[in-house]
Amino acid sequence: MSSSRLEILNDGGLRHDARRPYELRSLSLLLSPHPTADGSATVTSGLTSVTVTIFGPREPRIRSSSSHDHVTLTVEVGVPPWSQQSGMKRTRGDRRLVEMGMSLKQSFEPVIMGNLYPRSEILINVQVLSSDGGILPTAINATTLALIDAGIPLLDYLTSISLGLHLTQPLLDLSQPEESDLPSLVVACLPASGKVTLAQMETRLHVDRFEEMLLVGVKGCGVIKMEMERVVKERTEGLVGRYKMGVKGEGE
Amino acid sequence: MASTAPPLVGSSKPHPPITILKRARTDQPLSLTKFAKKTAKGRVLSVLRERYVRDDIPCGFSSCQSCSSFPNQRPVLPLKGYLGHTTLTSTCGHYLVIDTNIVLHQMDLLASLPNELPIILPSTTIRETRHRSLPLYNRLQQLIQDESKCVWVWWNEERRETATYQDEVEGKGESANDRNDRAIRKTLHFYTDHLKSSVNSPPLLVLLSDDKRNREIAQEEGLIAISTKDYVDGLNIQEREKLVDLVVGGVEELQSGEQRGKRIYDDYLPQDVLVAGVKTGRYHQGHFSANAYNYLEGTVNVPGLDKPVLLVGRENMNRSVQGDVVVIEIFPKSEWKAPGSEVLDQDDALKNDDAEDDEGAGLGDEEKKEEEEEKMDVEESTKRKPKDVLPTGKVVGVIKRNWRAYVCHIDRSSLSASSLTSLSQQTIFATPLSRTLPRIRLRTRQAPSLLDQKILVTIDSWSINSRYPDGHFVRSLGKVESKEAEQESLLLEYEVPYRPFGKAILDCLPLEGDDWKVPLKEEGDVIWRDREDLRDLIVCSIDPPACQDIDDALHARELPNGNIEAGVHIADVSHFVLPDNPMDSEAAARGTTVYLVDKRIDMLPALLGTNLCSLRPFVERLAFSVIWELTPEADIVNVRFTKSVISSKEAFTYEAAQNRKDDLSLNDPLTQSIRLLNSLAIKLKSKRMKAGALSLSSPELKIHLDSSESAEPIDVEQKHQRETNSLVEEFMLLANVSVASKIQETFPGTAVLRRHSPPPKTNFEALQDVLTKRKNMGLDVSSSGALARSLDACVDPNEPEFNTLVRIMATRCMLAAEYFCSGSVSKESYGHYGLASKIYTHFTSPIRRYADVLAHRQLAAAIGYSPLHPSLQSKAHVERVLTVVNRRHRLAQMAGRASVEFYVGLALKARGMAKGQGEEGENGWTREEGYVIRVFKNGLAVFVSSLGLEGLITLDKDTHTFNPEEYSLSFPSSSQTGQMSEIEVAVFDKVVVDVGIEKDVNTQRGKVKMVLVKPISSIGL
Repeated sequence: MSSSRLEILNDGGLRHDARRPYELRSLSLLLSPHPTADGSATVTSGLTSVTVTIFGPREPRIRSSSSHDHVTLTVEVGVPPWSQQSGMKRTRGDRRLVEMGMSLKQSFEPVIMGNLYPRSEILINVQVLSSDGGILPTAINATTLALIDAGIPLLDYLTSISLGLHLTQPLLDLSQPEESDLPSLVVACLPASGKVTLAQMETRLHVDRFEEMLLVGVKGCGVIKMEMERVVKERTEGLVGRYKMGVKGEGE
Repeated sequence: MASTAPPLVGSSKPHPPITILKRARTDQPLSLTKFAKKTAKGRVLSVLRERYVRDDIPCGFSSCQSCSSFPNQRPVLPLKGYLGHTTLTSTCGHYLVIDTNIVLHQMDLLASLPNELPIILPSTTIRETRHRSLPLYNRLQQLIQDESKCVWVWWNEERRETATYQDEVEGKGESANDRNDRAIRKTLHFYTDHLKSSVNSPPLLVLLSDDKRNREIAQEEGLIAISTKDYVDGLNIQEREKLVDLVVGGVEELQSGEQRGKRIYDDYLPQDVLVAGVKTGRYHQGHFSANAYNYLEGTVNVPGLDKPVLLVGRENMNRSVQGDVVVIEIFPKSEWKAPGSEVLDQDDALKNDDAEDDEGAGLGDEEKKEEEEEKMDVEESTKRKPKDVLPTGKVVGVIKRNWRAYVCHIDRSSLSASSLTSLSQQTIFATPLSRTLPRIRLRTRQAPSLLDQKILVTIDSWSINSRYPDGHFVRSLGKVESKEAEQESLLLEYEVPYRPFGKAILDCLPLEGDDWKVPLKEEGDVIWRDREDLRDLIVCSIDPPACQDIDDALHARELPNGNIEAGVHIADVSHFVLPDNPMDSEAAARGTTVYLVDKRIDMLPALLGTNLCSLRPFVERLAFSVIWELTPEADIVNVRFTKSVISSKEAFTYEAAQNRKDDLSLNDPLTQSIRLLNSLAIKLKSKRMKAGALSLSSPELKIHLDSSESAEPIDVEQKHQRETNSLVEEFMLLANVSVASKIQETFPGTAVLRRHSPPPKTNFEALQDVLTKRKNMGLDVSSSGALARSLDACVDPNEPEFNTLVRIMATRCMLAAEYFCSGSVSKESYGHYGLASKIYTHFTSPIRRYADVLAHRQLAAAIGYSPLHPSLQSKAHVERVLTVVNRRHRLAQMAGRASVEFYVGLALKARGMAKGQGEEGENGWTREEGYVIRVFKNGLAVFVSSLGLEGLITLDKDTHTFNPEEYSLSFPSSSQTGQMSEIEVAVFDKVVVDVGIEKDVNTQRGKVKMVLVKPISSIGL
């Protein structure tokens, strides 16, 4: 019934959750929630929340998969049982999760300076804590932060955003109901150079609209990068401050 | 070439900055919506959704200081509110805030409130309306977009101050409805405070609501709340006069009055029981259609049954109105009945009913008698014709009402003599124009001035105690029989959208207007890209006289290899009408141009239809061409499609083209081209006929008008068919078929096609039976070819018109052709039965049919001219558009026919006037020959082909005997010699009738009336 369906964009120019088309959901970035890992980060975007933990670089667990001049990325994606909606059970071997792992791996391989760590492995463990649309972009953002937290050299922040198209209007950062209704695109790019490492689309879209959407997506990634940079700098300042305090204390 | 910078990568349409919203922890209860949802499988999911509350929702107040910088802020609400109210007196006037029940029940009133009255619509109201009724939601949208009104939409749920959440009020168990009411009240509180912050003495905020509880709570909270009735009563006298009849009675009022009465109808079952019942097969669902000849009978076509389900009597029809989607229960087989064969006219049968009367006091005696008789009639025919028995049932519920505004007359007899001049409120009957609708009871204060007027009435409700639905007056259309009123009533009755095109639509037209020209051919010109230059071809158009929207032109020439090149050039409408703009949506909603006798309701603005797209002679025009290479035997060698520019050399009428072709002294290329086309058309037609195409017949009339100004019809004649008509037709068919296969091949899922399904054999049973019994002829309906042959064989040498008559009756047994989306049915059912073609579409009249525009777009994409718009790749979208187009197409045809009928009536009257008390017929009636096409127990249906009229002659029951098996009536007659003999009148018999127009005393409606003259005079019977 069309009358009970969600209104994607109402006449006041507002989306179903009262955002305007170019507004992203509330974004919170948390570094090092897991002190035991080499690096970790939790990114919460609206009601979607993803935690990524990094282990490595370390000796590969499976020696045969190591490469003599380059680091090996291993990506594991999981959904803890308590965060699964009763409607959709996802196990570790789930095709969509495996696919998401592949996308993550492919988009990070060119960004990590892997030649610095030959014959070693970096394990990226992604846990989807809650999902309300845009799992993949949130996971990419969380992975970037976790890698930074682990101190692994990257070419640039790799940031990602999902966007959809309602008639001719691009909508940024889709929530679950929007994602199921609109043709959507996931863009991941390096904002400094504008290089796009991932552009994924599962629905059809008119070719004329694609370019515009991609450009808006790249801009959106830039905004997320600024937010990330702010958080990383803040945290680093804190660390440096504490370090300095420690150094001072020793000198006395 | 000068070196230019490469196009800047990274440049896109300007847009507002991308920002990240921050949701504060303090927003918590407002920012999360939690609800439970049941899935199709029956599992319950709990859904959590996020919501952002904003501070930048604009308030629309013209001198607001805080909202001026917010996006979408417009100064809609004036500094001073509405001042024309007598009870709500304030120096600064007031604003109205609308509750949902007002939109749901008082939409007509809402739409006609004074323009300068500022209205605030909370988004809660809009959402609830959308949820409850889509048609009302659409009307509300129209109201919001109307720029002459001061309507401001307040997005209350989105703004922090007015957002609500469930269980905000603790311990009350608030229902969804209560919450919505609370949200609307919150809006009033907000505005009161918000306006005070900008100006010292802001206008009052008034809640308009018919919900008593909501009003009481509002008053407790210190708000001003008022009911519709009180509000309208308090308006200034001129406004009140206008609006008072639009107020729907108010639910409480009706209930109190009628609780005393006796129940006439059963209650409907609850919706979930209905839905479940239909699912399990216990009940059946279908559209209710009333019997136009008998108001106590109706049928419902149910999917899965090959015969319609019969509903006999008021109780079983249970308040269904023509077009409602109803749920019925079918009785056990022992109670099945055959439809009665009597004509029952509601106006006659119930003429003594008093509208003021309390219904329950008992059915009128007359009514009782009629019901009894109807029942007996049905019983009788059931006994007599066991094979005609239909499944019989009763309505147990209504899924969807299909009520709209109906054109009515006031029933004069329902007004008492004393009230003819009084201005007090009284209850009267309005009789709808359509015979399939019940009379509507309405209360009005202006009854005397509405007599002799055509008025628009909507149905509001139909309670179980009332034999009639209750309605209210919407507006008056004008005097009965004035041409304007009749025309408008026709358009309304067939739901033809006839509003003038709005500004947004006209803005889509080319800026040059009438001066638009095909630009000079230059390298790199956008219009000339991929367009063939066919300006040198000798192209001409052939159309009816005075045709302004010429959408097709033709050419033919011999090729050096002995073959013939023929081309059909169609106006390139899709060049001007781009997908998904306001003009396109309007055209899609209109679906087709509607032709009335003296008026044309265009699908596209006149600039396009009659000028820029119209392939007028001697100017260059854009076209979409289909060009074949044909052998001299008219076999297709190849076909190509191309966008082109043509320049028509001549615009012929059918007659002129025919004369040109027949004039042997002429031998110029244009004439030769017409001859060539004609010879090909003849071959194409014979091929088509051989393949089994039907030539069917429906009466087509031409109305002669005095002049375009006065438009008094002078006379009627049947349309002539010339050779050139068939010439154009054949090539259009050929083009349509070629295009259909091309687009189907390229877009197998979404091609816009047209099909005509073979009629079920049972449709022909009655006609076959009559033919065998009366004429000893048969119809072979096994295939369209067989039917065509047997129709050809139905010839009565004594009666040349007999064949046409059979064809007309056969046509009525057919199904209607329809547009469909190729992906939605299997390939086997693409066929067009009437044309005996495997595949068909409409391509050749894009100016007047929307389906053709879609076909143009798809063909343009199929030949790689332009990419296909995404909407045309979606099956669901194409299906949706075509459903509308099919409906519009059907209604347009009906409107056209009704218009002809009205003019035939006028012409008859004019003829009668001219003759005066002529010797031919009495009272200036016209005497015509006609054929009996149906026999009833108490009447005959006669078809007069020279006027294209079907009329009913009712007879008293005792004067004749009815032989249903023989389809005849026999009248006793005493010949002059005194011998008693029987005169028999049967189906297909030629009779002579007097045709005239008689004004119905009660309804002031001109009715075609026929009186049998030969073989027996029915005067006095």
